[in-house]
Amino acid sequence: MSTQLRERVRGVVGESAPRIDGVPKVKGTFAYGSDLWHERMLWGATLRSPHPHARIRRIEVGDAVAAPGVHAVLTADDVPGKKLYGLEFADTPVLAWDRVLYAGQPVAIVAAETPELARRAVARIVVEYEVLPAVTDMERALDPAAPKLHEWGNVLRHVRIEHGDPDAEAEVWVEGYYETAMQDQAPLGPEAGLAIPAEDGGVDLIVSTQWLHVDRQQIAPCLGLPEEKVRLTLAGVGGAFGSREDLHMQIHACLLALYTNRPVKMSYDRRESFLAHVHRHPSRIWMRTGASREGKLVNVRARLLIDGGAFASSSPAVIGNATTFAAGPYEVPNALIEGTAVYTNNPPCGAMRGFGAPQVCFAHEAQMDRLARELGIDPIELRLMNAVHTGSVLPTGQVVRGSAPVREVIELARSASLPPEPEPPPMRHPMTLPGGAGNVGRGEGLRRGVGFAVGYKNIAYSEGFDDFHQARVTLAAGPGGPVVEVHSAGVECGQGFSTVLAQVARTELGVDRVTLHAADTQLDSAGSTSASRQTLMGGGAVQLACAAVRQELFDRARSRVGVTGALSLADGWVLAEGVRAVEIADLLETPITATRTFHHRRTTPLDERGQGDVHVMFAFAAQRAVVEVDVELGLVRVVQVVSAIDAGRAINPQAVEGQSEGGTAQGLGLAVMEELQLRDGVIANASFTDYLIPTILDMPPVRTEIVEVPEPDVPFGAKGVGEHATIVSTAAIVAAIRDATGRELNRAPVRPDDVVGLRLPASSASWPPAPDVPGQEPLPAYHGVARGQSALTQSS
Amino acid sequence: MEVLLPRTLEEALAMKASTPEAVPIAGGTDLMVEINFDHARPEILIDLTRVAELASWRLDGDRLFVGAGMTYARLLRELPQMRALAEASRSVGSPQIRNRGTLGGNLGTASPAGDSLPVLAAHDAEVVLISAARGERSVPWDAFLVGVKRTSARPDELILGARWRALGGPQSFSKVGTRNAMVIAVVSLCFALDPEARTARVALGSVAPTVVRAPEAEAFLAAAFEDAGVWDDPGAPVPGGTVEAFAERVVAATRPIDDVRGSAAYRRHAVRVLAQRALRWAVGERATEAMVS
Repeated sequence: MSTQLRERVRGVVGESAPRIDGVPKVKGTFAYGSDLWHERMLWGATLRSPHPHARIRRIEVGDAVAAPGVHAVLTADDVPGKKLYGLEFADTPVLAWDRVLYAGQPVAIVAAETPELARRAVARIVVEYEVLPAVTDMERALDPAAPKLHEWGNVLRHVRIEHGDPDAEAEVWVEGYYETAMQDQAPLGPEAGLAIPAEDGGVDLIVSTQWLHVDRQQIAPCLGLPEEKVRLTLAGVGGAFGSREDLHMQIHACLLALYTNRPVKMSYDRRESFLAHVHRHPSRIWMRTGASREGKLVNVRARLLIDGGAFASSSPAVIGNATTFAAGPYEVPNALIEGTAVYTNNPPCGAMRGFGAPQVCFAHEAQMDRLARELGIDPIELRLMNAVHTGSVLPTGQVVRGSAPVREVIELARSASLPPEPEPPPMRHPMTLPGGAGNVGRGEGLRRGVGFAVGYKNIAYSEGFDDFHQARVTLAAGPGGPVVEVHSAGVECGQGFSTVLAQVARTELGVDRVTLHAADTQLDSAGSTSASRQTLMGGGAVQLACAAVRQELFDRARSRVGVTGALSLADGWVLAEGVRAVEIADLLETPITATRTFHHRRTTPLDERGQGDVHVMFAFAAQRAVVEVDVELGLVRVVQVVSAIDAGRAINPQAVEGQSEGGTAQGLGLAVMEELQLRDGVIANASFTDYLIPTILDMPPVRTEIVEVPEPDVPFGAKGVGEHATIVSTAAIVAAIRDATGRELNRAPVRPDDVVGLRLPASSASWPPAPDVPGQEPLPAYHGVARGQSALTQSS
Repeated sequence: MEVLLPRTLEEALAMKASTPEAVPIAGGTDLMVEINFDHARPEILIDLTRVAELASWRLDGDRLFVGAGMTYARLLRELPQMRALAEASRSVGSPQIRNRGTLGGNLGTASPAGDSLPVLAAHDAEVVLISAARGERSVPWDAFLVGVKRTSARPDELILGARWRALGGPQSFSKVGTRNAMVIAVVSLCFALDPEARTARVALGSVAPTVVRAPEAEAFLAAAFEDAGVWDDPGAPVPGGTVEAFAERVVAATRPIDDVRGSAAYRRHAVRVLAQRALRWAVGERATEAMVS
């Protein structure tokens, strides 16, 4: 009888299972990278360049070495292995020598007994710089007369997509110019890690990152160690959003640990965090959109420029994405889209949630609104008329093979009820008006506006990249019944990935209790927690491993208990023809383990015309934003966002809502407040005092509509959902501010000066010329610069 | 770093007298940020949070004294009738910051963006300083706030609090920032009418090296009210153009700069808008009260 009372397995795929890490994070007991501790540890600190471009004449470390409590002061000369590393190309010095290319670039590192002693020793290092002319404007970087920052010049990658007849004429054209600012990921957990020297001459590194294996691939050669002597374990990650794809303190801490033979912790403060990680690329976009009088898109001509900063980071892939998505999720028979990522002496830019898509969405959606106005067509009807669907051909020539519920997301975002008209001003608390707690108005100059945006991007890595995920699943007997242990190097960075893995394991094996092994490099790579890919890739790997475990379980059931017929698993039992035959626990005198690797379908690089089957699959999103604007003070309050998310299948609906809300907050930030302000290449607001991110008083209620049209041929039909909302919310909110104010507002973030007319719209004299390049590949590839992460996947 | 922990005002003053280089700390919402960023590295701190004499207020008739240790949360809770002070207190940071941050901290830091400072300036507040050697002395707010983050307090003095005459007329505090909460003022403005003295007060934050008043604007408005009979009859119409002309004179009192928080042009613009709004609210409130009574 007791077995009849066993509860159904809960927390399976499709349920809003509680987050595994939820309670400790809410209670403050979750250990993040900055909480790492070792009894014997030293603290590392970094000396960074104050100049955006300078020659290093001399580095004098004597005073620092002699400072109290100092155990090591290292410069580029002390790097035992390769002196360059990088995510896609090894163009970034571990420590600068000869030249510094951006303000904030690491020049020397110190290990000392306390963080204060380490910082004070850093202040005693003398570096003699010869300041060089800096290239701090992305268009200037294209000027042949500008200083060359790398031997291959200032062009990092130029992508050219030619589709149909790029000269095709259209009855109606609209043209626009758009700019987006440098946004920061602003993860609440600063970069941190602990390196512990090992007896075998290697090093163990516990670190907050997004991809353990590609970190190791970059770290080991610089340390002069084989990869197996560099072992990584994931520390608690306090948010990433792309900022942890590139290395930060990893090599530095390892160098100091190996040099001092002591554990070394490095944990950045907020200012250093702003200096030490890559940012979202500022963009300039020129776009002409041609259509028939009826509103069918005929031709899109676009020129994109993004500022990659001093080193490559993931800019080549970002410009690849931005260029391929520049026409929006619309059927466009003819196009010529050219995108360039340039090097400048600005801080390096790289991965950030959306990865090139939010910038182009800001442009293509403003173009659709312009076109609708020009044609006298309802802007949402115009979008519906042109929306891609399964079978559509994209500007790259790629056919949309999977689910493409673009009409569905548009209809859901459009049809949600609008927030009620506000109460007359005397009835409203000033806190609810634009300006919030500042008490600046009683409803004067208040206008409401509604904006709309649709966008899309890829799931997983593109252009031929095989970013596989390996997982190991062990099913064993535990004191309270069978337990599944899931092991993967996949990084939980706050988005709920580990909970998804547990849900997949429960679903596949019919077992309640799942434990997660710490993410580390004992297994093969899991790929990056990026590109909305881990639900697909990690879910796929765990599903495969579970299938193998299940097979072994069935074999045991057949051979030991003699069950026959079609077997299945449910609620702790093996079922034969749907009838309970034997308890899973009774088959586990020895544990069952399976390790499996999941690969997504292969894609291809862009050919010489920018055509190719470049992306694995697509996710679509639409948002409608309602804002109130105090047009006299230029202040904005977002009142409501409806966020329609194409999830394929929602593995955990509450987690989808979380991504929708968080992504909206980040997009809202870029729409109205978030901007890293550079003054001659130097970040002027590297603090949370002056780099403002939205508070709860800035966030509207977000109504999330989940669209579930399963993606064929992937586990559970699920798409990742990490980026959808961020792609579209900036565009939707700025469109709403345009609607409220009637102003052009072609630059994000919108500043009060823009709203009140003190600053004119961003303008550009002309489209920049296309640089002369040998092909679609990044320029360092033609100059023999060592490849980064792609080599990792090819060797495996 | 040494931290002194006085339990009484007397102990605190003795410590400050013997170690004048010691930096006072109360809520720490400014100083700890400086220390964390390594911008300040005081050798000795005096923690004033145990000194009960500082964390109090009293109202004698219309004379209000607010102790330096009063937090913004307590000001909001205990003195809501001091409208502008309450509105300024509510605009400070987050609940955590309002629970820690004190009026004395705003005075000691002497930032032109200190949220409570325009309120003190508009009330012609005196800052009360105290030392073991000389006892109390009172300094007008503008003789105390002498520059960006500079005060006229002497090394052996502590800030006891601030004292001012509560005004009977309508008043308001407004702060513009590019976020709806937890933001440093791009500009702030405190406006108050004193019908008893037939004067208007307007004080501005974040538009000059210190908080400033706009005396010409105040005089203009007082005279305009006089001419129109508004002081005697709150319902009397304010002549057309008065609000705009007042606001222009307020703008003329500013010396704003461009910085990461906002442009000088926007600061002037926002001051103009806030001055007009604050005056209209005050006139409207008096008129409404007159109608009701």
